[in-house]
Amino acid sequence: MQQIINFLIRNKHSLLFLLLLFLSLIFTIQSHSYHKSKFVSSTNFLSGGIYGWQHSISDYFRLKKENQRLLEENEQLHNMVSALGVDSVATKFVDTVSFNRPYSFTKARVIKNDYSKIDNYVLINKGEKDSIFPDMGIITDKGIIGIIENTSKNYSRVISILNSNSRINAGLKKSNQYGSLIWNGKDPNIVQLETVPRQALLKEGDTIITHGRSTIFPRGIGIGTIVNYTLDQNKSYYLIDVKLFNDMTNIGFVYAIKNNDAREIKNLENLNQ
Amino acid sequence: MNRDNLLHIGRFIILILVQVMVLNHINFLGDLNPYIYIIFILLAPININKSLFLFVSFILGLTIDMFGDSGGVHAAACLIIAFFRPVALRSVFGLSYEFQTVKLSNIGLGEKLAYVTLMVLTHHIVLFSLEIFNFSHILLIVKKTLFSSLFTIIVTMLVLVLFRRTSDS
Repeated sequence: MQQIINFLIRNKHSLLFLLLLFLSLIFTIQSHSYHKSKFVSSTNFLSGGIYGWQHSISDYFRLKKENQRLLEENEQLHNMVSALGVDSVATKFVDTVSFNRPYSFTKARVIKNDYSKIDNYVLINKGEKDSIFPDMGIITDKGIIGIIENTSKNYSRVISILNSNSRINAGLKKSNQYGSLIWNGKDPNIVQLETVPRQALLKEGDTIITHGRSTIFPRGIGIGTIVNYTLDQNKSYYLIDVKLFNDMTNIGFVYAIKNNDAREIKNLENLNQ
Repeated sequence: MNRDNLLHIGRFIILILVQVMVLNHINFLGDLNPYIYIIFILLAPININKSLFLFVSFILGLTIDMFGDSGGVHAAACLIIAFFRPVALRSVFGLSYEFQTVKLSNIGLGEKLAYVTLMVLTHHIVLFSLEIFNFSHILLIVKKTLFSSLFTIIVTMLVLVLFRRTSDS
């Protein structure tokens, strides 16, 4: 016993080193697997607060560009409303309380955005207080950004499409073939769409959209256009390079999508199990 | 002594704030950032309690990780350079380290550069190996380590020279 205690006292520095190293390796390994990196995250009040404060200053330098973007979006929405026809808009009663819309949107502001690492995250300034919860999709008016991974009271962390753990269902706009969207970590404007069957007819410039096969994104949200495609080694699937509509290095405002039917769909899916 | 402690605490906070608010967003040539917060570890007093030093370095790295959402990679890298700092000091300063007569605030430029280079390279190798965490990307690890180290060493040397304390403390 005496010897054990002596050993511990003699090697206390090395033991402390090993213990802390072990801890940091656990955090590292957790951060490399999806949905587990909850402990060390920037959604806490300290880092969230500091990023929020920093962003409230740097926001002023972006106002002009942001206004321009909102104007463009407004224009587009106006066009869509007018295409619906005045009568139907004026007479249709939309009950916003009973959530009879399939999706509802919440606006949020990006307060931190990474794109230079392999696993990137985006931090937004809305949290559980604004009924933002994990597994909601995040988009801008141009295209998708990512999926909420964890939330705190006032902030949420989004797993960006520029993250090697991210897998998002996406497909071609003109047909029903689909695959999963991944990122190889090289160019923040190019993502990869894999496991698209070789029967698909592809052309450079084709549009890639979300396909609505999960409860996260509705069908038809833009992602990007094809810049290049190759067959994989087995010659059965395409690997497609997709240029994003969004400039991932410059995101200001985003929308969180809540699927109001998500619980119903999940229940139905779980019936068979 | 008390004034020295305050100096180190202040340096700890300021380096973290500068790192997460300014330097993590530089992204020079696409993805290069200088990680100068390790100046805290470089300039920690030589006769500091070793357990305390390891623990503080770990907390320093973990804070950077918390802001950068990078798991525990900075914590591991900081811990390792804190643990191996005596080795680096001994190999650069030799006997004067053994007798604890080295003052980190007034050493020659060549020795300073050697010390900084050794520490920064170790830190960056650990950092990028853990961040990328994939041996099939070993070329990417080497590339990022080399370029980032160069960037960090230049910025660190500039900071060390510009903010050198002229008083004799």
